[in-house]
Amino acid sequence: MSHDSVDKLVKMANQIGKFFVAQKHPEGVASMTEHLKKFWDPRMRNAIIAHVDHGGAGLDPIAIEAVKRLVHGAGAAASESRPDEHSFDG
Amino acid sequence: MTLIKEIDYGTPESKAEKLVTLTIDGTSVTVPEGTSIMRAAMEIGTEIPKLCATDSINAFGSCRLCVIEVEGRNGTPASCTTPVAQGISVKTQTPRLAAIRRGVMELYISDHPLDCLTCAANGDCELQDMAGAVGLRDVRYGYDGANHVFARNNGEVNFDWKPKDESNPYFSYDPSKCIVCNRCVRACEEVQGTFALTISGRGFDSRVSAGMDEAFMESECVSCGACVQACPTATLIEKSVIAVGQPEHSAVTTCAYCGVGCTFKAEMRGEEVVRMVPWKDGKANHGHSCIKGRFAYGYAQHGDRILDPMIRESIDQPWRVVSWDEAIAFAADRLKATQEKYGKNSVGVITSSRCTNEESYLVQKLARQGFRNNNTDTCARVCHSPTGYGLAQTFGTSAGTQDFDSVDDADVILVIGANPTDAHPVFGSRMKKRLREGAKLIVVDPRRIDLVRSPHVEADYHLPLKPGTNVAMVTALAHVIVTEGLVNLDFVKSRCDWDEFQDWAEFVALPNNSPEAMEMTLGVPAADVRAAARLYATGGNGAIYYGLGVTEHSQGSTTVMGIANLAMATGNLGRRGVGVNPLRGQNNVQGSCDMGSFPHELPGYRHISNEAARQVFEKDWGVTLDPEPGLRIPNMFDSAIEGTFKGLYVQGEDILQSDPDTRHVSRALANMDIVIVQDLFLVETANYAHVFLPGATFLEKDGTFTNAERRIQRVTKVMRPKNGYADWEVTQLLANRMGLNWNYTHASEIMDEIARLTPSFAGVSFKRLEEDGSVQWPCNENSPHGMPIMHIDGFARGKGKFVITEYVPTDERVGPRFPLLLTTGRILSQYNVGAQTRRTENSQWHSEDVLEIHPHDAEDRGVRDGDWVKIASRAGETTLRAKITDRVAPGVVYTTFHHPTTQANVVTTDNSDWATNCPEYKVTAVQVSTTNGPTDWQHQYRELTEHSRRIASAIDAAE
Ligand code: SF4
Ligand code: SF4
Ligand code: SF4
Ligand code: FES
Repeated sequence: MSHDSVDKLVKMANQIGKFFVAQKHPEGVASMTEHLKKFWDPRMRNAIIAHVDHGGAGLDPIAIEAVKRLVHGAGAAASESRPDEHSFDG
Repeated sequence: MTLIKEIDYGTPESKAEKLVTLTIDGTSVTVPEGTSIMRAAMEIGTEIPKLCATDSINAFGSCRLCVIEVEGRNGTPASCTTPVAQGISVKTQTPRLAAIRRGVMELYISDHPLDCLTCAANGDCELQDMAGAVGLRDVRYGYDGANHVFARNNGEVNFDWKPKDESNPYFSYDPSKCIVCNRCVRACEEVQGTFALTISGRGFDSRVSAGMDEAFMESECVSCGACVQACPTATLIEKSVIAVGQPEHSAVTTCAYCGVGCTFKAEMRGEEVVRMVPWKDGKANHGHSCIKGRFAYGYAQHGDRILDPMIRESIDQPWRVVSWDEAIAFAADRLKATQEKYGKNSVGVITSSRCTNEESYLVQKLARQGFRNNNTDTCARVCHSPTGYGLAQTFGTSAGTQDFDSVDDADVILVIGANPTDAHPVFGSRMKKRLREGAKLIVVDPRRIDLVRSPHVEADYHLPLKPGTNVAMVTALAHVIVTEGLVNLDFVKSRCDWDEFQDWAEFVALPNNSPEAMEMTLGVPAADVRAAARLYATGGNGAIYYGLGVTEHSQGSTTVMGIANLAMATGNLGRRGVGVNPLRGQNNVQGSCDMGSFPHELPGYRHISNEAARQVFEKDWGVTLDPEPGLRIPNMFDSAIEGTFKGLYVQGEDILQSDPDTRHVSRALANMDIVIVQDLFLVETANYAHVFLPGATFLEKDGTFTNAERRIQRVTKVMRPKNGYADWEVTQLLANRMGLNWNYTHASEIMDEIARLTPSFAGVSFKRLEEDGSVQWPCNENSPHGMPIMHIDGFARGKGKFVITEYVPTDERVGPRFPLLLTTGRILSQYNVGAQTRRTENSQWHSEDVLEIHPHDAEDRGVRDGDWVKIASRAGETTLRAKITDRVAPGVVYTTFHHPTTQANVVTTDNSDWATNCPEYKVTAVQVSTTNGPTDWQHQYRELTEHSRRIASAIDAAE
């Protein structure tokens, strides 16, 4: 990943972190990890994981924590997240 | 097929619950109290002659043609203005009545030209019909006396005569045919709410005039067509009817412009559209329309339309016109080659919010079943994706809670970041009607939109906040509601998660969230914020309507959740007159989201990681689906620049013009190996395409659109596709060439598949739509006819979820280099990137994008009204003309993005919503300065466009 795109991911992750850090229910880090799993394409997740492995420069603490809980190489072995409780099934 | 004719009941429906029984010509009829005798008669099929009454407007009682006799009462009252009464007995035809009517008609006809045979309204004229109905056999008065019919009278100039007003490109006004029934004036007032027409003069001198005796185009008229529809004669008539003649058949279809989803009768002669007339039974528009749907359909025949497929090896070559077979083969082979070389996740699709549900469904199916990835997104990404996220989090459904009719019961209307009179005009008219009836209005918008002050409508509070501070505003409003004890605790306790509510209440009550503490941030007096909050919380039914001014921010999703918090805290949910209502931009934004266009969810908003949901599709489609979310549009661009995303199939979207940071997008597109654009015209994105597949217009295909109320409505084919195929057929060709074995022969079969696989659509079919006219999803066993209002007894997710909305200022901040904030919007006559509306006469209303700037800021920079100015941001710069106005606050500038030469998106940045990556269109820090003309970028871009639009002639191609 080029600098440019990592910078962008760092910025996006920090934005997400700022939202979840303010939440009380449920715990912010877990929610942020869940958010990344649900909405970030694996290549983006792998890039941010790699960035954290290299020190995670620029990332806020909550973002670093959340990324650490992501599974490496998720693209291949998907972590089954629980069924979407928000879907409307009539 | 025949011509659909709705019944005209003469006067509007009465909403009274009490019923009254009377007899009309000996037949007993029971109707709601307050119904006119005219309407009651029509209910039993008795058509009382009438001229000045029609059921879209209130009765006026001026023509006296509709007289009746009531047993035991003196005189001959007008049936349009006389309400029914219990037990009365009415006669609609007696010798006395017949004589009165003939007399009335005789007077009308004596001042009306007798050129019926050559009149454009011949066959569709109520004056003609009434002459027949009353048995008019001769007219005793000649034309020698005073009249409005002839330019000259007995050789002298006739000053009572007025020439035709042909200024409006879509309809003409011929005063010589006017019978001064006042229907047009009332339609403009009551239905449209513009008050552009008046009757000038008195008695014999009275004439209809636009504004102060102006031409229609110079007046306030917004060309909605309501007056034309209301006119019983040829006085106001569509120019297309004058040109073509009366239609012979019609079909009901849905407007392809905005999210209001007006339904129209496409009135036809063969395969030629004579006119589009709003359908009275349409539940979204009730017979009203705006200029776009009513008149701006001419793009379908425009010479710029590309009807043949084209390909090229690389984007610096001219286009080569080829057969469908060759184009599809080229596209499919390149997609396959790209996947082989760069991996299965290197290609993706973008579905269109302009195309039908069926078409969006197939495009995302192509990605999931064919490409075996989830790289599918839709341009809803760039407008309402935060609505999807925010409402799903808080309520459990990614959609608005009400139908449009609900506004009739609203007492307080809170409009946030939406401009309904321009962007959702027909709903805007409905809202204005309710406001004229006395509902209160709060407008939260940086700009003084029309709604703030327009004829007979005035906002109680306009909170002109600084762009980018929506979250601070909703939190400050919540602060007042919580700290002043205005929370509806019963509602919250029974319907919402109590723990989450308490956390939220504690958060919003913090002193730093008070209107006073936020005053500097918001730029709005704290007292106004407080008063507005009290009004919303205590003024009766409170309804929130919001638009892109909420979503297109770095905290767009947070604001949506903040809005949901406000509605829950005040109990304004689950009944008529209240709710949270996103006003969707394009016609099928709702539908494209419903259809699983997003990379993380399957049709019906089921997350792709949900194994049970995946299995349903896997079984039906015979493949294993990728459980990981794919790329969103901005991520696609980033990955393209990165080199991991190399192929894109775009149906009906001009991403280069509509997406922010144009230069970033063009760099991304230029980096791809295969870009397939399917569209009507060589849109800006096509500059970077290798394959161009011609698209079909909404007149040329069958399908459905889903409007902002979740209402699914039919799109009906009224002519064969000029390009040869409906858009869904093109996708099917491509899919089959990629090895999928699709066999859809009609759009209804696609809807059947959607219904089979999507619980909230289980009851939807073309047959159901035929029977019901439309349905609002969810439509299944529990609600077989759909659901107008949601969350009545409980939220879709169970308990409503309060979410803490911490204000985080956007990175886009003003500084010495870029001291102004640019915000963007749209105007009535143009639509989005303008590809269609620019190719119609609508451009007469808006021929270029202009920059609105406050007088102070203009003066500081030496900018005069109409000057060319350069607008620069950290992303880029462009030029356009300045318009000096105090509609925008000092420090704020505003423009639209309808024209490609302006390329307003050259200056917008790649900032985006934290949750959904919806771009932050609404806030860009800029500088404005005077300039002599277009920027280098605009010059270069024009050259590039010309270069890349070259189409090789047949001879070149043969070489
Ligand atoms: S077209 Fe619409 S706005 Fe214009 S005069 Fe007629 S009713 Fe009024
Ligand atoms: S223009 Fe048509 S609707 Fe208006 S007053 Fe004349 S006849 Fe009636
Ligand atoms: S553009 Fe919108 S408001 Fe206008 S006619 Fe079409 S759907 Fe209705
Ligand atoms: S229709 Fe009743 S007075 Fe004209």
